[in-house]
Amino acid sequence: MSQLTIALTKGRILKETLPLFAAAGIEPLEDISKSRKLTFDTTSPDVRFLILRGVDVPTYVEFGAADVGVSGKDMLMEHGDNSFYEPLDLNIARCRLMTAGMKGRTLPKGRIKVATKFVNIAKRYYAEQGRQVDVIKLYGGMELAPVLGLADEIVDIVDTGNTLIANGLEQRDYIADVSSRLIVNKASMKMKHHQIDALIDAVSSAVGELA
Amino acid sequence: MTQVDRWMLPDGIEEILPEEAHHIEALRRRVLDLFQRWGYDLIIPSMAEFTDSLLIGLGQDLDLQTFKVTDQLSGRSLGIRADITPQAARIDAHSLRREGINRLCYAGHVLYTRPKSALASRNPLQVGVELFGDDSLEADIEVVSLLLSTLKEADLADLHIDLGHVGIFRALASEAALSTAQEKEFFDLLQAKAMADITRWVDTNLAASPAAPWLKALPKLAGSASVLGEAKDVFANAPSSVRKALDELIILAETLAERYPQAHLYFDLSELRGYHYHTGIVFAAFSAGAGEAIATGGRYDHIGEVFGRARSATGFNANLVALKRLAQPSCDLPQGIFAVHSAHPTQWQAVEALRNQGERVVCGASWQTKPKDYQVCDRILVERDGVFELEDL
Repeated sequence: MSQLTIALTKGRILKETLPLFAAAGIEPLEDISKSRKLTFDTTSPDVRFLILRGVDVPTYVEFGAADVGVSGKDMLMEHGDNSFYEPLDLNIARCRLMTAGMKGRTLPKGRIKVATKFVNIAKRYYAEQGRQVDVIKLYGGMELAPVLGLADEIVDIVDTGNTLIANGLEQRDYIADVSSRLIVNKASMKMKHHQIDALIDAVSSAVGELA
Repeated sequence: MTQVDRWMLPDGIEEILPEEAHHIEALRRRVLDLFQRWGYDLIIPSMAEFTDSLLIGLGQDLDLQTFKVTDQLSGRSLGIRADITPQAARIDAHSLRREGINRLCYAGHVLYTRPKSALASRNPLQVGVELFGDDSLEADIEVVSLLLSTLKEADLADLHIDLGHVGIFRALASEAALSTAQEKEFFDLLQAKAMADITRWVDTNLAASPAAPWLKALPKLAGSASVLGEAKDVFANAPSSVRKALDELIILAETLAERYPQAHLYFDLSELRGYHYHTGIVFAAFSAGAGEAIATGGRYDHIGEVFGRARSATGFNANLVALKRLAQPSCDLPQGIFAVHSAHPTQWQAVEALRNQGERVVCGASWQTKPKDYQVCDRILVERDGVFELEDL
């Protein structure tokens, strides 16, 4: 049986992912939150976990450094499609991808400035709306950009919307629903299909039970 | 440009240095000899030709992948080839015009404007074969068999082949009367194997269509040869072209299992690589250590129509450099002889005699008494009283 490497997204998604794998019989041998390590052996001898930033998970899976990954749909949309399989919606870490701007402020005519960490999604979305935009890449604190006049709108994931309200912003247009997905490297799917099919079935029934 | 970055190569453009070059060239010769033994004639198409003859419907991205310059002699656009297949098709349809079956093979560099994936080379060394003028299943079986033999020749530790048939999806899409936009949407979901999204999409768009259950089942029909049996049940009442395609895959599976028992065969009925130009069986090879296909191929009938001679065709190609890097470590370089500098008039004859025996002989400079490591010599040719003798180093 060959080794299966699973790349997990650290943070909030990880807390919701581990119970799904636990229900499928795969648990890390030590407490991930108390360790500085990045790889963890599991109760399943042929499976190990990698703990990565969400934005890096698609890259590890695309190049086959990890066979399987768990990543938010927002990261997958930003990464571009068709570079891996996306067989399972884990139904966790649900939120929406939205545009937002200063409450009550209308957009200027013509080109507008959009701040986001989702550069590709933003370009695609505004192009579909027939709007030419200049995109400014930011890595965090998006809500500040419209307040300080750096951007007219932002594109970001919205859960409760409280951060927007606290900074005087309002939700505008809906772009997509976001939840975490199980993704699989295309070559791994073909070479380790017995192991991966079994994993998908086990996690899939865990998703059904915990829903 | 400063001296610091003057030596740099562009992203994705690579050169190959002595030891590796030796092994890659040895593999190139072995692979071309193999093709020759299977009856494939070698062609050496040019690096550049008119863009119009390179872009003959083998996928929209080939246009984007092709570097173009203006020909100062004709004023027309010249393309630097990003694929040798269109050149082979042109040669088959026009330069050779052979009646019946024509088998061609090639090895040469191609150049991409963009790498196919972020870490991939932009100037791979493409080797491949094309079999023109035979639309039978036997031709597909021959080409997949030759791919497996090529991978064995390259000393790959494991042989994984992924097989599919674009005719199945094409027939189901036409049965479901999908519009172009719908086909594109469904195609994208299918390529991601996004099961839940596929079911939802079919329920929303095609609830009443008889093809709905077939389209929903398609992404699940992937795995070892047993999925073909499952597929026969699922598609029992599907259009006859679907059942014919399945029967072809079953015969292919049986033949390959018999000929290459060590190969791992994987069948995927929703694998639609090159859907826009492939017309039948499609296949790809995978290997541990590579996150993407190491060789791809399939049937592409109708090729040559743009040259006024439609021909059925099937073939495959692979990047020889990538194959070499995945192969089991090859043996060391053959050791040579270092000829110490000598003014003696018969040294030339002694050196020539050794070279004629197939030995590698490195002639030393007047100030050099022994070879450098990189000259790869394990023996030395020395002169004693007018006689040349070989000594071990």
